[in-house]
Amino acid sequence: MLLPEPPLLEVRRLSTNFETEEGTFKAVEDLSFELQTGESLGLVGESGCGKTTAMLSLLRLLPAAGRIVSGEIRLAGQNLLELDEAQMRQVRWRQISMVFQGAMNAFNPVRTIGHQIGEALVLHAMAPSLDAARPRVIELLEMVGIPGSRETLYPHQCSGGMRQRAMIAMALACGPQLIIADEPTTALDVMIQAQILELLEGLQANLGLSIIFVTHDLSIVAEVCHRVLVMYGGVLAEYCDVDTIFNNARHPYTRRLLAAFPDLSRPTGRLISIPGHPPRLNDLPPGCRFAARCPLAFEPCFAEQPSPRLLEAGHWISCHLDRGEVA
Amino acid sequence: MMPADPGPSASSRQADLILKVENLTKVFPVSRGILGALRRQPQQWVHAVDGVSFQLGRGEILALVGESGCGKTTTALTLMGLEKSDGGRICFNGQDVTHLGERRRRAATPSMAAVDGQDYRREPSVSPDLTVKRMRRQMQMVFQDPYESLNPRTTVFETVAEPLQVHGLAGTRAEMVKAVCQSLTDAGLNPPEAFLDRRPHELSGGQRQRVVIASALVLEPSLLIADEPVSMLDVSIRAEILNLLDALRRERGISILCITHDLGTAAYFTDRIAVMYLGRIVEIGPTRAVLAAPKHPYTQALLSVIPVPNPRLRRQRTILHGETPNPVSLPTGCRFHPRCPQAIEDCRLTDPRLEPLQPGWQVACIRVP
Repeated sequence: MLLPEPPLLEVRRLSTNFETEEGTFKAVEDLSFELQTGESLGLVGESGCGKTTAMLSLLRLLPAAGRIVSGEIRLAGQNLLELDEAQMRQVRWRQISMVFQGAMNAFNPVRTIGHQIGEALVLHAMAPSLDAARPRVIELLEMVGIPGSRETLYPHQCSGGMRQRAMIAMALACGPQLIIADEPTTALDVMIQAQILELLEGLQANLGLSIIFVTHDLSIVAEVCHRVLVMYGGVLAEYCDVDTIFNNARHPYTRRLLAAFPDLSRPTGRLISIPGHPPRLNDLPPGCRFAARCPLAFEPCFAEQPSPRLLEAGHWISCHLDRGEVA
Repeated sequence: MMPADPGPSASSRQADLILKVENLTKVFPVSRGILGALRRQPQQWVHAVDGVSFQLGRGEILALVGESGCGKTTTALTLMGLEKSDGGRICFNGQDVTHLGERRRRAATPSMAAVDGQDYRREPSVSPDLTVKRMRRQMQMVFQDPYESLNPRTTVFETVAEPLQVHGLAGTRAEMVKAVCQSLTDAGLNPPEAFLDRRPHELSGGQRQRVVIASALVLEPSLLIADEPVSMLDVSIRAEILNLLDALRRERGISILCITHDLGTAAYFTDRIAVMYLGRIVEIGPTRAVLAAPKHPYTQALLSVIPVPNPRLRRQRTILHGETPNPVSLPTGCRFHPRCPQAIEDCRLTDPRLEPLQPGWQVACIRVP
């Protein structure tokens, strides 16, 4: 956070609510982070912790019930929340694009993958017609390791790994600086997962992309990310560089999450699960959202919600512990 | 412990074995389409399981590991009698259950019962009373996705009690409630009464999977086949389910065959590991030993791509490119050689057999001494 270069993406105190009949769900609250050019950030948390909502807020693609209630999202200095819809459309796909969760199954089954990538190019005015888009489609496919001749394949003729590659090609179509990959490998086998991660790392190095990996899998983060943001119940729990997360995590939730992880480098350890469930976002406790499941919770945790604070250079944490009591 | 070629009566002598599978084979016909059939194109076969042999001891947990399409789920379905084997032998609890009769097979697979006339054939060694249904009372399966394997309209009580009714063990309602509560408790749902009337949408992912496990436990099986029991669950609750399965083994002596593509899951609670590739076991041995020093190049590659949750331990990954070959036209020689980073000329010619390396550890690779 003390880096001299202005970050590519700067999110300041972002809060997003969902207004429903069952009340207001505070899906994301007071979330701040930043991303340098060429950096990859891991956004980690359990299902329903607000990771995907936070990312949809960046793209302003929230479902109808969702509203960004406060905050600032600056992409290359420009506050995205001040743009009108037409301007926002220029940002989406050209500057930020997203590989949605399970999107590899969202290809239209009756069109070839080449056709669908071409369509994206035409739609975003990157090419005047499908025919004119073809060379670029082939270039994009080769960029993600699919031979250009395969553009005529239909989605059902492609394996899961290949569809995910095609999806990444589509995300790259308009030359974005930032790609958000939402659970890019969750449904894939380990070997295909390794192939996709290798591909994303390669693209990052060659194209200078910034990538946000949204995942619940901490070990993927350990392999490919520079910094990690752990979310819990819609708020930032811990945010620091990847080495610190894995070797000097301070938030009890992060520590528990790490202990719940099978680690082949220490197979004798016992897996420890986190008892209880994440809080309901329409009925939040007054204090820390993790307090009910936290083994170290003490009085202030049940009374006051901890706000993110800087523990040491580049290490943010939302926790009442470590406030002098535990050094 | 793992004789290379046990005699036919070995299983009955070895009372500590719950399951013995020899040379199990399962092929599926490839659809030729109407045109293909008219043109008399030769029928092609998918070799889903192609000569799988392993044993499972009482109270043992064996992991069956491999990528999608390697035949691990087909192996499980064939063991359960949900698919008919095309070769080989399955001994369960000392009895040959390969060709069990299917009298009163339930409506779940009417099409199969209609096609296979051989279903009623019985091997002389089989007790005349043993049917697939009786066998399944002892052998239960836990499916992968608790979001899909539970009927959204039935309550937890109905779901867990159903196996009792199917097997005619229901008794009075009070007895059923007692049995259901007992297995909910065993599956870690406490207090069980609080769950009886809930429906799946009122449960978290971990609770759903516990309900699935409870409905497998209610028949008090001696073998559980768990097909990817945690792959659909959040990491924070995976551990509880794995610890639960481990506890079931320790406290009740249940044997578990755990099917997974995740070596990390396998490493944690299994005793032995069998790595499958294209319908064959390529390496089988004690989990710790195999993962500490895998011998087969495929196991080595699979292990090297498991992300290690510590950036200080980032390793050189051996990423196999391409995908598993089509099991319709298998490669000659070793079926792994087209993707094997260590393949030599001989690998294209010789189809390696599982050879013992150490007691209880077998590898199918000609390059392993």
